[in-house]
This record gives sequence, C-alpha cells and structure tokens, in this order.
Amino acid sequence: MYKVGIIGDKDSIMGFLALGIDIFPAYEADEIKRNIRDLVEKEYAIIYITEQASLLVQEYIARYKDNRLPAIIIIPGIGGSMGIGMNEVRESAKRAIGADILFSE
Amino acid sequence: MAKLNVNPTRMEMTRLKKQLKTAIRGHKLLKDKLDELMKQFLDIVKENKRLREEAEKALDSAYKNFIIARAVLSQEFLGEALMMPKQSVAVDVSVKNIMSVNVPVFDFKTEDNQSDIYPYGLAFTSGELDSAMESFSDAMQPLLRLAESEKTAQLLAQEIEKTRRRVNALENVMIPNYEETIKYISMKLEENDRASTTRLMKVKDMIAKKAIEERRQKDRALQQA
Repeated sequence: MYKVGIIGDKDSIMGFLALGIDIFPAYEADEIKRNIRDLVEKEYAIIYITEQASLLVQEYIARYKDNRLPAIIIIPGIGGSMGIGMNEVRESAKRAIGADILFSE
Repeated sequence: MAKLNVNPTRMEMTRLKKQLKTAIRGHKLLKDKLDELMKQFLDIVKENKRLREEAEKALDSAYKNFIIARAVLSQEFLGEALMMPKQSVAVDVSVKNIMSVNVPVFDFKTEDNQSDIYPYGLAFTSGELDSAMESFSDAMQPLLRLAESEKTAQLLAQEIEKTRRRVNALENVMIPNYEETIKYISMKLEENDRASTTRLMKVKDMIAKKAIEERRQKDRALQQA
C-alpha cells in the first residue's frame, strides 16, 4: 500500500494534515530535495509539491517525470496559483505534439 | 546520402534487401502506433487540463478559508488541532496498459467516518476552521484524480516523443541508407557483368583471329603442295 505526501511551506500544507496526507515542511532547495528522495524511498506514490517549492528544484523533479512512480504533482501554494502547474500540462502537450495546440485558443 | 560500408556482393545485397523490408514494415507499424498514441494522448491531456483547473479552483477556496481560520486561531493552537488526523489516505497502485505504455492507476482508500472530518473537538475551535477543513476535504478528490491523469499524460508524452524519434530515424536515415546501398551494389554488380562480357568478347575475338590465321596457313600449305 502506497502513501501520499506533500512538500512545501508550512502554511500551505498544514491544511492537508487533516485529510490524512503526510506533510513535510521544507523551505531550502536542499531540504526539498532530501524530502523528495526520502519519500521516493519510502514508497510514496503521489507527492504533491507547492509551486513555490517546485521552483527551487525544477530539474530534480524532471528526473522523476519519466518514471511510473512516484507522481510528483505541482499544486498552487497558499499564495494562489502562479500557473506553473498548468504549465506542466502545457509542456507535456508540447512534448508530445510538438506544438502548443491545446492552449492556443 | 551516405551509403553503408559493405562489400558489393550479391549475398550482401540479398541481406540488405531483407533488412530494408523489415525496416519498412517496422516504420509502418511504428507510425500506426504513433497515430493511436496521439489520439489517446489528446483525450488524456484535455482531461488533465480540465482536472487541473478543477483542482486548482477547489484548492484556492480551501486556502482562502484556511487563511481566515489561521487569522482567528493562534499558530500553536492550529497545529495542535490538526495534529491527529481522523482520516488517512492510502493508495493502491495498479498498472494499466495504454498502447504498451504502462501507466499507474491510483485506487484510493480513504479511511474515514464520513460523518465527521474534523480531527479536533468543536468546543475550542472556531467555525472558520470547520469550513476550511470542509473545503480542503472537497479539494481532495479532484487532487487525487489529477495525480493519476497528470502522470498518465507525462508518461504518454514521453512515449510519443520516443516513438516519433524512431519513426523519423527509420524514415529519414535507415530506409534511404538501405536503398542507396542496394542501388550502389546493384550498379556495381552490373558493371562487373559488363566488364566480364567485354572481356569474354575480346577473348572470343582473339581466339577467332588465331583460328583464321591457322586456317589460312593450312590453306596456303595445301596450295603449295
């Protein structure tokens, strides 16, 4: 049985605690990377990460993109959406199709 | 176009022709695979986009409510109230095969008693926290489904990229190379054929000349006798 975790600043992720998602507050790039690595080892299937935190470790997240597990999903932090998560969707569409056709309307 | 570095022999040509046939067949298959993958991907990525919009909206209102709750309650108190969650989430991961791409399917097991999501006693907390918790709980389902859909889209995108690269390599490099080399060999072989034909004709000529010469000498000898 796999688990679900979330990484980010404490204010953003605190609310998830009540949902039964394990929270891992982290602020510095090294801290975030270490958390991700730990969670991958501990068989977390889904790791949510706030946009702010994801900005610090972009290439580290990209490393797990082609693996089946874990799914690292970028979600907006408490400050509201910066469009980074949506950009991920756009990127994968671009990668597959070669052009940005989905979002061009 | 570069031709392959092979000996221009008939055997080599047969081998190359066989390889060319395989390459063309592979190219067709991969192209079909790419088309189908693309079709699937478009559906999935649209779903992905829709789910993300839904999840971000739900999350947004959850955060808004949470900020209000945080303003009303002290930091320590809030931490304490949320410390012991009532529900827990576990994921069962199974594998689904989309066009030979293994994508995960998340099956969620939330252990909770539906009646009550609040992990704290109602006596000491404010109503704001209750509504924050409720909206977080609403955001939960979209978020979990988003995880599955987004991962699937990413994996499919990777596979499509890989397949397209293969199709292009076959179409633009391998197949032209084979064709070029086969043409080169067949031309070389024809050239060899022509060379040996001329040689044979030449030899035949020489032999004929010699025969004529001998015949004349014989005739001359007969006349003298």
